Amino acid sequence: MSDKKNWPLWEIFVRSKNGLEHRHFGSLHAADAEMALENARDVYTRRNEGVSIWVVESKHITASNPEHNGELFEPAQDKVYRHPTFYDLPDEIKHM
Amino acid sequence: MSEEQIKNLEDQFEARIARDEKIEPKDWMPDKYRKTHIRQMSQHAHSEVVGMLPEGNWITRAPSLRRKVALLAKIQDEAGHGLYLYSATETLGVSRNELYDQLHSGKAKYSSIFNYPTITWADMGAIGWLVDGAAIINQVPLCNTSYGPYARAMIRVCKEESFHQRQGYEIMMKLANGTPEQKDMAQDALNRWWWPSLMMLGPTDDKSVHTAQSMKWKLKRKSNDDLRQQFIDQTVPQAELIGLTIPDADLKWNEDRKSYDFGEIDWDEFWQVVKGHGPMNKERMKARVGAWEEGEWVRDAAMAHAKKKQERKQKQVV
Amino acid sequence: MKNENLYNYILGIADNSLVLGQRMGELCGHGPSLETDIACTNISLDLFGQVRSYFQYAGKIAGDDRTEDDIAMLRKEREYRNVLLVEQPNTNFAYSIGRQFLFDVYHLAFLSELQKSKDLTLCAIANKCIKEVSYHVRFSSDWVKRLGDGTEESSRKMQEAINDLWTYTDELFHQTEADKVMVSEGIGVDVTKLKENYYKQVSYLLDEADLQVPESKWFQKGGKEGIHTEHLGFLLSDLQYMQRTYPNMEW
Repeated sequence: MSDKKNWPLWEIFVRSKNGLEHRHFGSLHAADAEMALENARDVYTRRNEGVSIWVVESKHITASNPEHNGELFEPAQDKVYRHPTFYDLPDEIKHM
Repeated sequence: MSEEQIKNLEDQFEARIARDEKIEPKDWMPDKYRKTHIRQMSQHAHSEVVGMLPEGNWITRAPSLRRKVALLAKIQDEAGHGLYLYSATETLGVSRNELYDQLHSGKAKYSSIFNYPTITWADMGAIGWLVDGAAIINQVPLCNTSYGPYARAMIRVCKEESFHQRQGYEIMMKLANGTPEQKDMAQDALNRWWWPSLMMLGPTDDKSVHTAQSMKWKLKRKSNDDLRQQFIDQTVPQAELIGLTIPDADLKWNEDRKSYDFGEIDWDEFWQVVKGHGPMNKERMKARVGAWEEGEWVRDAAMAHAKKKQERKQKQVV
Repeated sequence: MKNENLYNYILGIADNSLVLGQRMGELCGHGPSLETDIACTNISLDLFGQVRSYFQYAGKIAGDDRTEDDIAMLRKEREYRNVLLVEQPNTNFAYSIGRQFLFDVYHLAFLSELQKSKDLTLCAIANKCIKEVSYHVRFSSDWVKRLGDGTEESSRKMQEAINDLWTYTDELFHQTEADKVMVSEGIGVDVTKLKENYYKQVSYLLDEADLQVPESKWFQKGGKEGIHTEHLGFLLSDLQYMQRTYPNMEW
């Protein structure tokens, strides 16, 4: 079976309502971007779940490698001074 | 990697799952985890897609427009669920086409229940009520399974399926409260679908392979026998409420266990159907293979068109 | 019946959606991909939704206790008023798409005129349906282009379907007696006025899809008068099976 004839995989991002970000909803197969949009409309917004759709062919997504999670993400763990709770305030001040 | 290193990775991996962490597609995972998931998830997807056929049978003959749209929407959901599950399986590095090949060649299994025929309208009620009922019992715990994409697909599936069982029960209720002829139709459907529905929850615990491993990976939260008991206990009162009789002479409330005792399941029949000798196995596969093969020129055309369009676009840019 | 013309007029509109919805429903579970399956089912669901709105309204006009299902399922074959086009079978995917496309372009033009109807219920139904049908046009046109301008095989199949279905297009623009009365009362749509633009639009798209516009000038008609092709009887046997076998029951 020749593999190149298969419809490629697309990742679908849907904005549920204005004011919210597009969120990854899932994926599907389509021959081109237009079809991916139409399929996404029929597959992922049948129950009124969306007001806007983004589609991107899966192969165009570059993902970080979990094996590098240590160097990528762990250094951020001890930078407590980026969070408000790091700083002392007198009890009299309720909000800041 | 040395054996010791692998062993080390495996230990860490199991510890992550034990801590209720999710595994994501690019994470390291034992080969067996990957294979087991591909098998279970694709079986699940195949069941959704083959499961469209027995009900699809009745779309053109639904007795009212209201029933027709509900049935269409339900079967459409099943296509959607198959699609979500195939997509989730694809994150493990296998394509939908490969999975189809496994289904079409008979290498992959799907739920045996769909190898029974739908011969009256009441079968639409029985399938929604019993088959979807049993499926939900199986599926809800999977929303919390260890493999992230599977868990996410299952959350969507369970949310959407909430109307499916009601749809079926409503059909049965209407029939049971209808004319004697309608009530007979409902009872007959219950008689035919009851035992296959019990079998659907899988072989008894002592005959079930994979269970311990699946429990650890949260592919299973309860044993087959526990699930079956849960299904029976919840379904019997529903049948009584609409005046239908469960076709089991040994069915009896057990006050000590606070559960129903039930009769012997014909496991011989179960294995016969699993092995391909059910009333509709051949038909179901013929329909799936037929749709796939007849669709090939359509799928090819769409790809050829996409390529042409792309080329024209590039030419314009130059 | 006080307003028989209006009643018949509504049936004429709704039967198209009913029969086409039934045809699209047949595809469920048998499409070329899961994605297309879901899309075709959506179209079928849209059409049946429309049918229910129309028949519920027709039931009210009839003023007796007939239900949407009585109207949909308990008429004789000669009493269905759909055009011949929509009852043509799903010979292959090109026929299904061709049939859908040739009807959708008409349907959209029809509904945009029906939005101007003096009958407020019809107006409201048209308002709701037009969004659905706009999407149908987009879906079927895109597929005509994919198949027409796809592979050699798909182009041949799409052309064959268009050629065979072409003969049923002219009937879309015929007026029945009920139509004429409704047009004169400002309720109905004068379909004769939609014809020129229809063929222009269809020809433009066929051209874009690298397909030939059929030259045949001989057209079939009769659906609107209840004289159908042989296909309708089989479709009705499925549609009516339960209601005929088990009369006077609720489901």
